[in-house]
Amino acid sequence: MAANVLMPALSPTMEQGKLSKWIKKEGDTVKSGDVLAEIETDKATMEVEAVDEGVLAKILIPDGTENVLVNTPIAVITAEGESADTAPAAPPAPKAETPKADAPMQAGGEKPAAVAKTEDDAPLSPAKASGQPATPAAPEIPAGTQMVSMTVREALRDAMAEEMRASDDVFVMGEEVAEYQGAYKVTQGLLQEFGARRVVDTPITEHGFAGLGVGAAMAGLRPIVEFMTFNFAMQAIDQIINSAAKTLYMSGGQMGCPIVFRGPNGAAARVAAQHSQDYAAWYSQIPGLKVVAPYTAADFKGLLKSAIRDPNPIIFLENEILYGQTFEVPKLDDFTVPIGKARIARAGSDLTLVSWSIGMTYAIKAADELAKEGIEAEIIDLRTIRPMDTETIIQSVQKTGRCVTVEEGWPQSGVGAEIAARIMEKAFDWLDAPVLRVTGKDVPMPYAANLEKLALPTVADVIQAAKAVLYR
Amino acid sequence: MAATASSRSKPASGKPEASTEFTKDQELLAYREMLLIRRFEEKAGQMYGMGLIGGFCHLYIGQEAVVVGMQMASRDGDQVITGYRDHGHMLACGMEAKGVMAELTGRRGGLSKGKGGSMHMFSKEKHFYGGHGIVAAQVSLGTGLAFSNRYRSNGNASLIYFGDGAANQGQVYESFNMAELWKLPAVYIIENNRYAMGTSVSRASAQSDFSKRGLSFNIPGEQVDGMDVRAVKAAGEKALAWCREGNGPYILEMQTYRYRGHSMSDPAKYRSKEEVQKMREEHDPIEQVRGRLLRDKHATEDELKQIDAKVRAVVAEAAEFATNDPEPDPSELWTDIVL
Repeated sequence: MAANVLMPALSPTMEQGKLSKWIKKEGDTVKSGDVLAEIETDKATMEVEAVDEGVLAKILIPDGTENVLVNTPIAVITAEGESADTAPAAPPAPKAETPKADAPMQAGGEKPAAVAKTEDDAPLSPAKASGQPATPAAPEIPAGTQMVSMTVREALRDAMAEEMRASDDVFVMGEEVAEYQGAYKVTQGLLQEFGARRVVDTPITEHGFAGLGVGAAMAGLRPIVEFMTFNFAMQAIDQIINSAAKTLYMSGGQMGCPIVFRGPNGAAARVAAQHSQDYAAWYSQIPGLKVVAPYTAADFKGLLKSAIRDPNPIIFLENEILYGQTFEVPKLDDFTVPIGKARIARAGSDLTLVSWSIGMTYAIKAADELAKEGIEAEIIDLRTIRPMDTETIIQSVQKTGRCVTVEEGWPQSGVGAEIAARIMEKAFDWLDAPVLRVTGKDVPMPYAANLEKLALPTVADVIQAAKAVLYR
Repeated sequence: MAATASSRSKPASGKPEASTEFTKDQELLAYREMLLIRRFEEKAGQMYGMGLIGGFCHLYIGQEAVVVGMQMASRDGDQVITGYRDHGHMLACGMEAKGVMAELTGRRGGLSKGKGGSMHMFSKEKHFYGGHGIVAAQVSLGTGLAFSNRYRSNGNASLIYFGDGAANQGQVYESFNMAELWKLPAVYIIENNRYAMGTSVSRASAQSDFSKRGLSFNIPGEQVDGMDVRAVKAAGEKALAWCREGNGPYILEMQTYRYRGHSMSDPAKYRSKEEVQKMREEHDPIEQVRGRLLRDKHATEDELKQIDAKVRAVVAEAAEFATNDPEPDPSELWTDIVL
């Protein structure tokens, strides 16, 4: 029986990759374990091995094809003398499309089963989702600025590289940041440019290297401490809060701590409870910290540069699912975004959606759907959780009278709860309905695909909440 | 190891090669510095009893030779970081007694404007990086100070103090590993005063020879008579030279003793009065220097009394200031949170 060789997934969040090179050619005899081809994603390169003996009867995806979806048949292996035509019918045609800045990350039925998120939940590229430019010209971008397409991952790397070029005091440390080129490839190329003195691979020792980073910051250096994910930063949270956040106050203003703690935060995909927690609310409670959680690549870049320059300890929350998404980023020599300023991602008059980070993907898609029904939602991308830009939220709510918050984090004492309280305190008389929160469910993140889907918020949840505050 | 080493001192793994003998000036300096700490701490204890100092107050009485000897071994630019038993370290670093005492009383003239208290004071000018209330947090932080020295190739070393209790915390070993891996100029000074609060070393530590705590990381260490300021200085010089030569970190176990309780509210049920008394009578770090000064005719009783009077005057002035200085302005509540 002929067998299809499928495009493999290299990680839980991989959805597509490049088929870089075929090692075997059609007609070659292969045995189990032989390397058939090399594939790569923006994260890593991997070899595809044969799992059966036979003849590589047909190559379905040629060398150099980009954006091959996971689980797409890439070749057919037959037993000796068998025809390739006996292979099972291929699933829908492989999407071997040319890369586009606004290419949708996935499309309905062609999505590989291994990816937990369904269409409704999936983070969408904003351009596709809203049918309008990804980044409405923010005030920090001068009119007429040339824009370039860039992934969040590239934007983060560029931000670090630019700041490291600007100051020798800036260095990056963490697990796998140097020779491995970043566990999520965010620090790719930094070792080559800046060397091992400034791009420091640490042992797996979060508590120790977080404290070491804080000490180096107290001595006047400007460390960027990467946590492979913020889940592991719980081992280090004493140093982050008791040492980094409180020392300025305890020293009567003498001893600042200019440090950035950064890394992916929140749920990735199919990694279960211990690797899927959103810490925005945790850190946002701490006086002495600033907490940043951008969504677009432009904001990731501009805010990371601001964070590195900031004299305070910054919690810089990234998101694994956003890393590969592409946005327009202004081509400027020194583009920064101020910490503590929200962005109106979409103007509207009927209700206000407040979100940040990956929550924006739900908000944008929901706003699109609502628009089809004549409901114009204003979307505020908070960008910074602490200090919170309450003024922008209040001004919007004074206009719309209704508000829904959207986040993947838990509901109790969440960021949405804080926003609701502030609106109640400062704009009670403008409210026409109670503020509603769309959040992750109040459960540890389950592993099973269906349960994971249920645990996360959905676009439908946002639409439902929006209609509820509109009494529709 | 000095001739006056106490009977509990085990032979050091590597004896200090530098001379342990002090010149007259060194003896007098050590005497003054240790006496200042002793008198300051006695006064702090009194003021705590009068209700002028609140919260926790951990006195350094008995351990003075450790920080004074190490400061005599270090040079300007070397950083110091310690835990919460920190008043002596601040005074030894040259921070003003008035500022320290006013911080203990929570006044606006305190070194942290009254916002840090006993456990949280800092001075960039004097290279003192705290004053940390979380047991062993200063070990990772101090390793970061050492990292900054290596990063800047400035030739400085970091003196990182922690107790026998803190030595059992996990981050100590995370720090040891990185310090040796990257050859950081860090001297880890374990002030073994025999009790972590009320738990004796033998009840808390599987390996009670703290100089061996770096063995699995190949960090050399030695036990030092921490009651003899000369032995401390000699060991400190050896360790600092090791660091400055680029060899990486060094561990010094300072065998010392605190006369007072862990903090002011210590029931003292975990050790006998006789044990404390014996230590005071036979090994007191200040009395050792005093005895040598008189024996070697480096000073007369009168001259020592004059030193004592000067030290008492400094402490009295600090106490006076700390008692009368106003509390912080209420607006200070909202300052120094972020820059």
